[in-house]
Parts: sequence; structure tokens; C-alpha cells
Amino acid sequence: MMKKIGSKLIDWIDERYDLTPVRNLLLHKKVPEHRHSVWYYMGGVTLFLFLVQLFTGILLLLYYRPGEDSAYESVRFIVTEVKFGWLIRNVHSWSANLLVLFAFIHMFSVFFSKAYQKPRELTWVTGFIILVLSLAFGFSGYLLPWNELAFFATKVGTDIVGVVPVIGEPLKILLRGGDEVTGATLSRFFGIHVAILPAIFTLFLVMHLLFIQRQGMHEPEHFKNLPEEKKKYIPFFPDFALKDLLLWVVVFNILIFLALYSPWELGNKADAFASAPSGIRPEWYFMFMFQSLKLLPAHILFLEGELLGVLFFGVAGFIWMLIPYIKVKHRPNWKIQLLTLIGIIIVAFIVIMTVLGYIL
Amino acid sequence: MKLDRRKFLNMLLGFGGIGGILSVFYPIVSFLIPPKTTEPKVNSVKAGMSAEFPTNSSKIIKFGRKPVILIKTEDNQYKALSASCTHLDCIVQYKNDTKQIWCACHNGIYDLNGRNISGPPPRPLEEYEVKIVKDEIVITKVG
Repeated sequence: MMKKIGSKLIDWIDERYDLTPVRNLLLHKKVPEHRHSVWYYMGGVTLFLFLVQLFTGILLLLYYRPGEDSAYESVRFIVTEVKFGWLIRNVHSWSANLLVLFAFIHMFSVFFSKAYQKPRELTWVTGFIILVLSLAFGFSGYLLPWNELAFFATKVGTDIVGVVPVIGEPLKILLRGGDEVTGATLSRFFGIHVAILPAIFTLFLVMHLLFIQRQGMHEPEHFKNLPEEKKKYIPFFPDFALKDLLLWVVVFNILIFLALYSPWELGNKADAFASAPSGIRPEWYFMFMFQSLKLLPAHILFLEGELLGVLFFGVAGFIWMLIPYIKVKHRPNWKIQLLTLIGIIIVAFIVIMTVLGYIL
Repeated sequence: MKLDRRKFLNMLLGFGGIGGILSVFYPIVSFLIPPKTTEPKVNSVKAGMSAEFPTNSSKIIKFGRKPVILIKTEDNQYKALSASCTHLDCIVQYKNDTKQIWCACHNGIYDLNGRNISGPPPRPLEEYEVKIVKDEIVITKVG
């Protein structure tokens, strides 16, 4: 009965809009199967977490009230009074963190399997922009509960922008909505978090997904070199899609587990005239940058250490985005290729700095 | 160069188009820049009674819109310094065990004269003058 209605509905649409392209995609898209296939799922998980963010974010929006006198109170209201408000907020916070984690894993797996190379340069660039936007989401969302930790993290974060020569100071004022972090900053961050970023993010996400659909899955070198008959593929639909879905369910369960057993603290309300409490730290995904800046001396040569650090991360990030366009000579007699080595150093740097940030 | 009708119209359209775009973006960019709020100029603030302020402790005072840290040292001397860390703008605190000023954000340390002695702060903290007028603490801007 249901099936009949379903196929009738599809026929109805097909007759009017011609679903051949969709049908072709579903029937013909295939995914290579090899020992590194697991990395194909990381982007999907990130996408799933983004959908969770979208959904829980809209729910939180129904109760959240931006403003110096209402933001903290409304989040407290959400987690104490609203039925399952605590759950929605915890899921939103945890999902944000997992999203960034999986985006990083996805990015490095693409890097090490060299999937960014021609013809997928723009998939890499849009992906990198999506990662940067995710970090901006994290940074702007962090302030919204208007608690002590977030207040000082935002003070530091926006002040760092200010050290950039020429454009830094105006940009800082633009971000803060004034000279200081105040209610004006909160209003801005709220607008950025719930309107500006989602709009830009969706645009790049759609491009990213379109590129992937158009070009199909990347085949790593060792797979490409196999004789034709030894190459194993699975159909995207339903095989890969169902595996994807299964993983989504697993991640969803992990998410709920974390939200239940490790709830997100609200902390104390921000006070612009109180000392920064000890243990001020940014979210973990900014930790490696935070820790590096902390270890830099006040002055290096004639420049402020801070400025040098910020410029270094800015330039490094930009080069990282343009990796597909950088030609490095392949040396067959080298055990590890130069770019792979650089990738390993970057991952090691991020991991070591993050760990140091938590133990020092 | 001969200017035919098509070229002329294209140029007109081009300049008009640029003008049109500018006239849309100018108000938007201006809107984004926060207006300057005139803040009342504060030259001195009262910070409570001297007798009620415990020795070897501190408090943060609102000096206009800026935080100032007021410290009463062990030998009952008063020190008032800007509380905004010169590194990245966090608000500092007084450590009554080490007798130093400490910023929790990046472990910056200043001595009681506001000199940056350790960690990332690039400059000393700005100093304010403290006077006791009829047992009341008054903080004044220097200069």
C-alpha cells in the first residue's frame, strides 16, 4: 500500500521534472573498496553533525535571548526550566565539538590520501573554507551563553585580531561592535552565529557536495594501480548509503551518551569588572594556537611575539588552503614524500601543543 | 579613438553600475562600523573607605569604562594600576601569596609597580594615583 503510494508519487514527479539525473546518480555512483575505505565516511559524519547543529540550533533559538542582561539568564532557563532543554543544549555543544573533530579528521585523511590533487582542487578549497567557517561558528557560539570563560576567551580572541598591522584595529572594533567586549559584541556574535555564518556555510557546503557528486569518489594511488579485475567497488546506493547511515546512528548514540554523562557547564555570568579566573582557556580546537602564542616571548627581534605568531598561523593556513596548487617534485627513492612529511609534522605539532595546553 | 554609440552607452552603463554598487555598499559598510559613544571623561573615582579595605588584598574598580585594580599591600600602601593586561586585554588579579599581579589568561606576571616581569605581556600596566581623603580612597588618573 505504502509502496504503491510512494512509487505513484515518484512517477508523478518524474513525469513533470524528469528524474533521470537523480536516478543515474543513485544507480551508477560507486565507491571503491580498499584498506583505506574507512576514511570515506568521515565527511559524511561531519555532514550529519552539521545537520544536528542546524536542528538543535533552531530549537535553542526559540528560547535564547541575546543581550547582556538576558543571554546568561535565558541559557540558564533553557537548562533548568525548559523540558529537555539541558539535553538540547548539551547535544548542541557536544555536536559542535565533534563536528570540528571530524572535520579535522576528514581534512587530514584527504590530505594524506592526496585526494585534493587535480581534478579535486576546488573540493579541497571549499572544504578548507567550511572548516574555517566551522571554527568561526565555534568561536561566535562560545560567547552566546555570556559566561566568564566565554567573555575572556572572546576578549583574548578579538584582541589577537587587533595585533594584525593596519587592518587589525578596525577589524577588532568591527567584531566587538566597539572598543570593548560588551553587550554590543554579544548582539553581533549572535547575528553572525545564527544568520551570517549559516548562509555562507550552506553556500560552500552545497558547492562542496556538488563537486563530490560530479566527480565521484577519489581512488588512492595503490587502488588505481590495481589491474581492472582486482578493483572492488560497492554501489553508492543502497550499500554505501546504508553503511553511512549505520555510522550516523553510532555517532548519534555517542553524542547522546556524551550529552547525558558529561553535561556542559554554564559557569558564572560574565562580569566586565572581575579578574579573569584561573583556568581560562579556549575550546580545545583553538588550544594549539593558544598554547603556541603563550610560549612565544614578548618580543622577537623588533616584533611583538604575538604578532609574529598570528601572522605565522594566518600565512600557514592560507598556504594549507592552496596545497593543491603547490607542485612538489615526486621523488621515487624517498621513503616519505616531502608533503606527507610536512603533514605529519603539522599533525604532531597540533597534537603536542594541544596536550601541552592541558597539562602546563 | 572613435566613440560609437554602443561603446558610449556601455561606458555609461558601466560607470552607472559601479556607482549603483557603491551606493548600496557604502551605507552597509557604514552601518557595520559601530558609532562612537561619547563616554563621560572620568578623572577620579572613589573606591570606598580605607578602614574597610583589608591589608594584602585587592579589588577591581570601575574607572569610567576601564577596570582598575586597587591593591592594599602588606605594609598598608595603596597601589592602583590599570587592570587590563597589556598582552591580550584580560583582567589581571592580585596574588596575595606571591605579592605579584597575575593574569590568568596567559600567565603574565607584573610586580606591584606594574612592571611586566614574566610571561608574554609586552608593556607595564598604567599606574594611577591613590590618595586618601578623610579616610576615603580616591583614585586619580596620572597626568
